Amino acid sequence: MLKIWSMKQQQQQAENAEGAAGKKKKKVTAAQLRVQRDLQELTLGSTMKMTFPNPDDILNFILVISPDEGMYKGGHFHFSFSVNQNFPHDPPKVKCTQKIYHPNIDLEGNVCLNILREDWKPVLNLNAVIVGLQFLFLEPNASDPLNKDAAEDLRGNREGFKRNVRGAMQGGMVRGVKFDDVLR
Amino acid sequence: MAAIDQKLRWKHLYNVLTRSGPFSDEDWVPGPETINTLESSKVLVIGAGGLGCEILKNLALSGFKDIHVIDMDTIDISNLNRQFLFRQSDIGKPKAEVAAAFVEKRVKGVKITPYVGKIQDKDEDYYMQFKIVVCGLDSIEARRWINSTLVGMVDFENPESLKPLIDGGTEGFKGQARVILPTLSSCIECQLDMHAPRPAVPLCTIATIPRQPQHCIEWAHQIAWQEQRKDDTFDSDDLEHIGWIYNAALARARQFQIPGVTFQMTQGVVKNIIPAIASTNAVIAAATTSEALKIATSCNPYLENYMMYAGEEGVYTYTFEAEKKPDCPVCGNLARAMTVDPNMTLEAFIEALGERPEAQLKKPSMRTEEKTLYQRFPPQLEEQTRSNLKLKLSDLIADGQEIAVSDPAYTIDFRYRLDFS
Repeated sequence: MLKIWSMKQQQQQAENAEGAAGKKKKKVTAAQLRVQRDLQELTLGSTMKMTFPNPDDILNFILVISPDEGMYKGGHFHFSFSVNQNFPHDPPKVKCTQKIYHPNIDLEGNVCLNILREDWKPVLNLNAVIVGLQFLFLEPNASDPLNKDAAEDLRGNREGFKRNVRGAMQGGMVRGVKFDDVLR
Repeated sequence: MAAIDQKLRWKHLYNVLTRSGPFSDEDWVPGPETINTLESSKVLVIGAGGLGCEILKNLALSGFKDIHVIDMDTIDISNLNRQFLFRQSDIGKPKAEVAAAFVEKRVKGVKITPYVGKIQDKDEDYYMQFKIVVCGLDSIEARRWINSTLVGMVDFENPESLKPLIDGGTEGFKGQARVILPTLSSCIECQLDMHAPRPAVPLCTIATIPRQPQHCIEWAHQIAWQEQRKDDTFDSDDLEHIGWIYNAALARARQFQIPGVTFQMTQGVVKNIIPAIASTNAVIAAATTSEALKIATSCNPYLENYMMYAGEEGVYTYTFEAEKKPDCPVCGNLARAMTVDPNMTLEAFIEALGERPEAQLKKPSMRTEEKTLYQRFPPQLEEQTRSNLKLKLSDLIADGQEIAVSDPAYTIDFRYRLDFS
């Protein structure tokens, strides 16, 4: 054991030495540190806004996407982000908190975005997720559906799909389902 | 008579510990003192499962006399094929207690102290009492926790605060054993990239076109449960819950004409059970415990620092020295101490940081474990934390508290421990 210790002294990390003594207080976790960095490096356009219900808890927040082009233009789409202590080894958990008509988002708010699940890698960051979400509104994808009805509509009848999107965004019914008004 | 038995029992071990060999350290003194060190070394075993049973047995048979074991689980019937310290009558009892009692009874003179609960229940004072920690865990999360705890405990004025961590892990025919000297050698966090994440199936496949029985189970677990039993928190140990998932998965499988959904498979998928092979556990546990013996007694050089064992295609083992990551979030940037005036405002403190030669932080964001002190981006959070700038440090943090600072100009983050002057 002492052998190990003398090895350390050879390493001469005196600067760190001061740091480890004294009373122990809770340390900023690796996940918190990574999120702090990720947040600082975000590029949020005018179409995106984040809110932090508790500013001291940066692991849980809301992202609002307001597309300024495409079929979903004019809507305000709310996503809850929940990052666990295993981040960035686990992806953030992202859910749409409104009921919306979208081929890649189901009625429970689950989002089918590859980097939120099978293609997540620790080198990806929150910015990548946010860009990915934004892209879903610009280019809804019918080949990877989570809401099968919406995907069928998009594949079969693009104009009809667009009308459905407008109707759903106003809080209307589509195929017997009542959607949330996202225009405000 | 008893004394003679004792001697006979440890004859081979004492052979090793009472004479030096070609590989033993020059400074090492073999003999009774070394034996005494071994017998008085307190060792902690984390996990009393497949690896844990082997580790406990091996440590007890290697001459360790004071062993502690932590495990939060109870014994399940499916454990009995390999967790040989348990019997059918033990089902439902805590693993740590049953394992401790069994080994104590079998190996006379060894004391095993069980704790039934989570490693997170215990604090640094608890971990400080041990000389070595041996892990036989099945979760990355628990490994990361104990790793960062042991790294955080290292006090450079006190050699005893350095607790070697010996970690074993198995998955089917594959396994690894590694020795970690917290802050000295590559830690678990440094090596996290080596873990291949479990391949996940795209949610859309699960939701729309399942092809395999596992997809149907995932559907029941991730989608059907949420739709139909939103208010119940899913518990993978609750048989009613698993049964519900199994039936939902079975119905879906029938609908898509997919054969093969079984109750056991449902349990496996939902609990993410990794196939365990008894002999792999034995190989890896043997490796970790012989390292424990070598480290405790200094009789022979120990593993530096990672041994992988690949038994799925013939046998291949490879030992290498994993390197420390300079930017490791756990052991790479230990907090530096900084003395600050508690009456200083946060704003003035941030300005002062910009002048420190090693940092020269221009646009830092910073926080403590519980508080966001100042976050420069996104704008909403900046607004919410701006008022902190005018506050005194003493209003925001406690004396000796650690803060973490990120700055876009640096790819690494900084940690400081702020001591009030």
